[in-house]
Amino acid sequence: MSDTNARIAEIVNANDVVLFMKGTPLFPQCGFSSRAVAILEHLGVAYDSVDVLQDMDVRQGIKAYSDWPTIPQLYVKGEFVGGSDIMMEMFEAGELQQLMQDAEVARAG
Amino acid sequence: MPMTAEDIAAMIKAALPDAQVEISDLAGDGNHYSARVTSTAFAGKNRVQQHKLVYDALGGRMGGVLHALQLTTAIPN
Repeated sequence: MSDTNARIAEIVNANDVVLFMKGTPLFPQCGFSSRAVAILEHLGVAYDSVDVLQDMDVRQGIKAYSDWPTIPQLYVKGEFVGGSDIMMEMFEAGELQQLMQDAEVARAG
Repeated sequence: MPMTAEDIAAMIKAALPDAQVEISDLAGDGNHYSARVTSTAFAGKNRVQQHKLVYDALGGRMGGVLHALQLTTAIPN
């Protein structure tokens, strides 16, 4: 468990923007993950994604790490931002764009 | 065992008595819901904290028997 926590901490700190999701950005395996990817693609930011379906430890561990029961989960600069509903609310309010700007996140290359 | 819209609303209201809860069965299959929850309990809390209050009300079912609940929270005007 603590090993998993350490691995997750390493992942969220290694990249400015990390999406924990089911499937991959090209082949999302869940509607909520698909929506989260669409938002990030629309924002045009560089991001890393972790397919939790490939790793049961991370799939369970991320829920405890964030104290959040569902996937997808978005991290920016090591901070938990929310799931796909919060991403959508923030995107519609212009807050997610602002967050990415304030965090000086790299654009997708 | 899937949850009905009434079950979901009742659990949220049990934890947040002043809550107004609107639930839609998105796919008509008793498995994909959206909920809009309005409560004074959300005042002064950020979105993550607001959603957590609702998830707590659902007592661990979120992410389990309740896979698909699209959630929107609001504070009454």
